Amino acid sequence: MSLAIATDGTTPRQNWLERLGAGHIILAVVLVLYPLVASDFFLTQIGGYSLIFGMMGLSLMLLAGYGGMVSLAQITVAGIAAYAIAILGNNNSNILGFGWPWWLAVPFAVLAAALASALIGWISVRTEGIYTIMITLAIATATYYFAQQNYAIFNGHSGYAGIRAPAFWGISWRDPKPFYYLCLGLAVLSYAAVLYGSRSTFGMTLQAIRDNPRRMRALGYHVTAHKVFAWLLAGVIAGLAGVLLVWFNGRVSPGTIGVDAAIDVLIIAVIGGLRHPIGPFLGAVVVILMQTFAIDIVGAERFNTLIGLVFLVIVFVSPDGILGLWGRIKPHLAQESLRPGS
Amino acid sequence: MSLLDQPSSPSLSGGGMTRRQAWGLVGLFAAAVIVWLVFAVWPDWLNAILISKKAFVSAILNGITLAGLYFLVASGFTLIFGLMRNVNLAHGSLYLLGAYIGYEVTSRTGYWLLGVAAGFAVLAIVGVVMQVFVFRRLEGDDLRQTLVSIGISIVAADLMLAVWAGGTYQIATPEWLDGALTLPIITAVRSNGASVFLTYPLYRLVVLAAAIVIGVGLWLMLHRTRVGMMIRAGVDDRAMLQASGVNVHAVFAIVFAVGAGLAGFAGVVGGSALSVAPGEDVRYLLASLVVVIVGGMGSITGAAIGALLIGLAEQIGLVYFPTYGIVLTFVIMVVTLAVRPQGIMGKAR
Amino acid sequence: MRMHRRTLLALAAFTGLTAPSMALAADDTIKIGLLATFEGPFTVLGEDGERGAMTAVAEMNGTVAGKKIEIVKGSSDASPDSAVRAARKLVEQDGVKVLVGPLSGDEGLAVKDYAKTQPNVTFINGTSAAQDTTLRDPAENFFRFSTDGAQWMAGLGTYAFKDKGYKKVATVAEDYSFPYTQVFGFMAEFCKAGGHVPSKSWVPIGNKDFSSVIAAIPEDVDAIYVALGGADAVNFLTQYQQGGGSAPLIGGSITVDQTVLTSKGKLRDVLKGTPSAGPTADTNDAPAWKAFVEAYKKQPGAFPSPSLFAHGYYVDMKATLLGLDQVGGDVSDGGKKLRDALSKLSFDTPTGKVSLDKNRNAIADIFLTEVTEGADGNLMNKLVKVVPQVNQTLGIPEDEFMKLGAVNRDNPSCP
Repeated sequence: MSLAIATDGTTPRQNWLERLGAGHIILAVVLVLYPLVASDFFLTQIGGYSLIFGMMGLSLMLLAGYGGMVSLAQITVAGIAAYAIAILGNNNSNILGFGWPWWLAVPFAVLAAALASALIGWISVRTEGIYTIMITLAIATATYYFAQQNYAIFNGHSGYAGIRAPAFWGISWRDPKPFYYLCLGLAVLSYAAVLYGSRSTFGMTLQAIRDNPRRMRALGYHVTAHKVFAWLLAGVIAGLAGVLLVWFNGRVSPGTIGVDAAIDVLIIAVIGGLRHPIGPFLGAVVVILMQTFAIDIVGAERFNTLIGLVFLVIVFVSPDGILGLWGRIKPHLAQESLRPGS
Repeated sequence: MSLLDQPSSPSLSGGGMTRRQAWGLVGLFAAAVIVWLVFAVWPDWLNAILISKKAFVSAILNGITLAGLYFLVASGFTLIFGLMRNVNLAHGSLYLLGAYIGYEVTSRTGYWLLGVAAGFAVLAIVGVVMQVFVFRRLEGDDLRQTLVSIGISIVAADLMLAVWAGGTYQIATPEWLDGALTLPIITAVRSNGASVFLTYPLYRLVVLAAAIVIGVGLWLMLHRTRVGMMIRAGVDDRAMLQASGVNVHAVFAIVFAVGAGLAGFAGVVGGSALSVAPGEDVRYLLASLVVVIVGGMGSITGAAIGALLIGLAEQIGLVYFPTYGIVLTFVIMVVTLAVRPQGIMGKAR
Repeated sequence: MRMHRRTLLALAAFTGLTAPSMALAADDTIKIGLLATFEGPFTVLGEDGERGAMTAVAEMNGTVAGKKIEIVKGSSDASPDSAVRAARKLVEQDGVKVLVGPLSGDEGLAVKDYAKTQPNVTFINGTSAAQDTTLRDPAENFFRFSTDGAQWMAGLGTYAFKDKGYKKVATVAEDYSFPYTQVFGFMAEFCKAGGHVPSKSWVPIGNKDFSSVIAAIPEDVDAIYVALGGADAVNFLTQYQQGGGSAPLIGGSITVDQTVLTSKGKLRDVLKGTPSAGPTADTNDAPAWKAFVEAYKKQPGAFPSPSLFAHGYYVDMKATLLGLDQVGGDVSDGGKKLRDALSKLSFDTPTGKVSLDKNRNAIADIFLTEVTEGADGNLMNKLVKVVPQVNQTLGIPEDEFMKLGAVNRDNPSCP
C-alpha cells in the first residue's frame, strides 16, 4: 500500500464522485432513521461511539491518506480537547473547572486540540516517512504517562469525572437520541469537509506533496507549512471527537488516551480503509461491535488476539481495508482498487 | 561509552574541527564535575540541595546501568531500522518473549547462563522467521511492514498473557551474581570519623559490563568484518548494495537474527534485574523508540549515547522530580528533533 | 450496479446495528451482572474475584428465592472508561437489575458516578477500595460490603509504633488514589500515636526500577512502609534485597497479598516477618474461614488461599444473594425493596460480622497479620490479632474525620 493509499490520481476519485449521489443519500436516510429501530444502547454505545471513533479515524485518514503521515497521536489530540472541556467547563473532581459555558469551552477545547496537533505535526514533519509513526507513538505514550503523574493539570490517575453534556434549546444533549444526532451531525460535517477538502487546491497540493515532496519543494511550495496545516485540520476533527467523547463518557482519565486507545484508532482506520473518508467509519462500526460483543461470543480474555488477527489479515490481504475487500469481491470494481505494489 | 568516544570513530564524526573541539571541552568540563561529585565528600549545602550524596550517586549509577539495558534492546532495533527501514514495533514483544523463555529455561534447568543463551537463540530464530515469512513478503512497503509489526505485537502480547498469565516472574540469578559490592565512593562521614562507603548491587554492574562488551563487539562486527561492511553499506544505500551482487536477503536475515536475539538476551538480563510482567513490552518499545530517535537510526554509537541520556534522565527524574520525570525524557527527544532531526549520530539524507 | 454495492453496505450496517436486545429474562431466572477485569494486566486478579463470587453462588446452589441465578460477565481492563462501558452494556443491553463490581479504586469511583444515572439498578461493589466511592458524594444505589483501603490499615499504625517500636517510618507507594488511601489509613494511627514520617516517595505506576528510590530513602528510619501492588511490589522487594536493604518493612494490603506472596524469586526472604493489615488473614482459625477456603478451592484454578479479591467479591456477592433472598428475588419495583433489605442487612461472613453504615459502606473486622512461611513452604499472612468492627472513619468521629480532608499526596503529614 506504501504511502500512496488514498486516491492515487484524479481518475478514480472522479469515479467515486459519480457514485456519491445515490450511495450517500441511502446512507444518510439509513443513518437518520436508525434511531427508530435501535435501542438506546445501540444508539449511543454502538452508534454514537462508532461515530466518535470514526471521526478520530477520519482525522488519521486525512493525514495518512492524503498526506502520507501515519499518526498514532490522534487519540492524544482528542484527549487534549476532552481534558480542556473538563478543565474549562465543570467537573466534580474539585480540581480546576472554570465553569465556562459550553459555547465558550468547546471552541477553546477544539482550538487547543488543533494547536497541539499542529505542534505534534511540526515536530514530526521535520523527519520523513516512517519516522512519523515512531515519533507520534513516543508523543502519545509520553503524554499518557505525564497525564497519569501530573495532578496540577490532569488530576493524575483518576482524571476528571462528572462532566455533563450541555442542555440547550430545551434538549439535554446526552440523552440517547439527541446525542446520536449530535455525533451524526458532526461526523457528517467532518466527513463532508474532508471530502471537499481533498478536492480543494490545498488537498491536491497535499496529495502532490505526499507523492513527491522534492518536486513540490522545487516548484516553490512550502512543504512543511502544507503538512503542518493538514495536522491543524486533522486536529480540529480529532478535537471535536474528543469533545463528544468526554460528553459521552462523562469523564476523562489517562486510560482514555493510553497506548491501547492510540493503537485502536489506527486499527479502526486501517481495517476500514485509508483510501476514502468513509473507511474509518466502517472500521469503527466493525471494531466497536467486536469489542462490545466479544465477551458474549469468544470471551473477553482473548479479544485482543482476535482483533489483532483480523488486523493482520486485513493488512496482508487487503491493504485498503474493508473498502478494498469490497473492491475485490466485486470484480467490476476491481480496476479502481488495483494499484501498483498492492 | 561516552561522548569522548566519538572522534575515534571516523565514519561517524560530523561537523568541523572547531565545533568538535568545543564540544570536547564541554564534555571534559562535565566529566570533571561529575568525577568531583562522585568522589568528593560533599559539603552540607550540596547534600541539602540533592537530598543526599548516596541518592545522587545511586541515581547516576542506576541511570548508567539502566542505559546498558536500554542499549541492549535498542541496538537491535536501530540496526533493523537502519538497514531495512523496518520500524519493528514488535521489538518490545521480542524482549518480553525472551524474558519469559529465559525464566522457563532457568527455572527448569537451574542454570541461569543457559536461560540467557536460550533467550538469545530462540529469539534469533523467531527474528529470522519473522523476517523470512512476514517482512520479506512486504519488502519495500515500509508502512505495511510497520502495521504488520503492530498487529504481531498485539497478538503476541495477548498470547503471552494467555500462556504466562498476568503474574510477575523473576528470573533467579546465580549465587555468584548476588549481593552488593562496596565501591570506593564515600557517601558520608560518620561523627566518629569513619567513612561510609557506597554499596551497589553487583548484578547491575555486570549488566553494564555485558552491555559494554556487546556494544564494542557490535561495533567491531560492523567495522571490521565483511558482513558488517555489507550492513553499513546497506544502511547507506540499500539499492547500491543489492546492485553490487550481495545477497541482501541473507544480510537482512543476519541482522534480524542479531537484533531479535539481542532483544531476547536483554529480556533475560533485564528480567533478572527487574522482573517479567505484561506491559514490559510497551515500556521497552518506547525506550527503544526514544533512544533511536535521539541517537539516530542505524548507529550503534548513537544508540549508546541515546541510551545513556534516556537512562540518566529517567533515574534522575525519578529521584528529584518524579512527576515530571517523563517530561525530561520527552524534552530530550523534542530538542534533538528540533536541532538535529536525524538524531545525534544519524546521517542527514 | 453501482447503487447495488452501496445498498448492500447500508443494509449490512443497518442489520448489524439494530440486533434485537436480548434483555428479556425468563421469569424463573434472575440475572446478576459481574463486572471485573477479565482483560489486561489485572486479568489474574479479576479471575480470582470471579472465583470468589462464584463461591457465593455455589453456596446457594445456584438459586435464590427459587429462581435460577444467571451470571452475566462484564469485562474491563482496569481503566475507569472501560469499567463504565462494561457496566453500561450489562445494564442497558443485557438488562441486569443487579450488578456486582468493579475491582479497582478508580473504576469504583466511575461506576458510582454511573450508578447515579441508573436509579433503578442496584450496584454492589466488587473489591474497589477508594474512600470516596462511598464517603463523599455517594450514590443512593451503590453498596459496599467490602471495606475501603483506609479501613484495611486499621490497627497497623498503632501496632508498628507500640509493639514494634518504630518511631520513624518512610513510605513508598504508587502514585494514585488507592495507595493514598492506604498511606492515609496507616498514618492516621501512626502519627496519632506519636510516630513521624519524614519521607514519602510516590512512585509513578508501572515504574520498574526502584533502586534510585530506595537509595533516596533516609538511612535513619526504623522501617519502611510499602504500599505497592503486583509487579511493582515484586520489583521493589527484589531490588531492596539486591541493594542490601536492612530496615524492616511494613506492608500495605496488596503488597503482601497472595498474588505477591506466590511470586517466585528471592523476595521471600525480605518479606518474612513483615506486618500488615487487611480484610483477610490466611491462617485464620475460625471455622467459617476454613470452610470458605475449602469452598473456594473447589473453583477451577484457585490459589492456595483466596486473595483479597476473591474475598471481596465473595462478600459482596453473598450480600447480594442474601438481599435478593429476602425480597423473594423480586426487583420489579426498580429494586427499591432490595435496596432497603441491603441497607439493613447484617450477616456473618468468613471474616466476621458485616453491616453497613449510613453511606452504605461496610463496618467489618480487620485482620492484623505478619508474613510467615507455612508448613508447605508457601508464604502466608499469619493472624496477629483481629481489630473488631472497623468503620469507615476508623473510629474517629465523623465531623473530625471529614476535617482531615480528602486523601492525596500530602495529606496526612507528620514529618
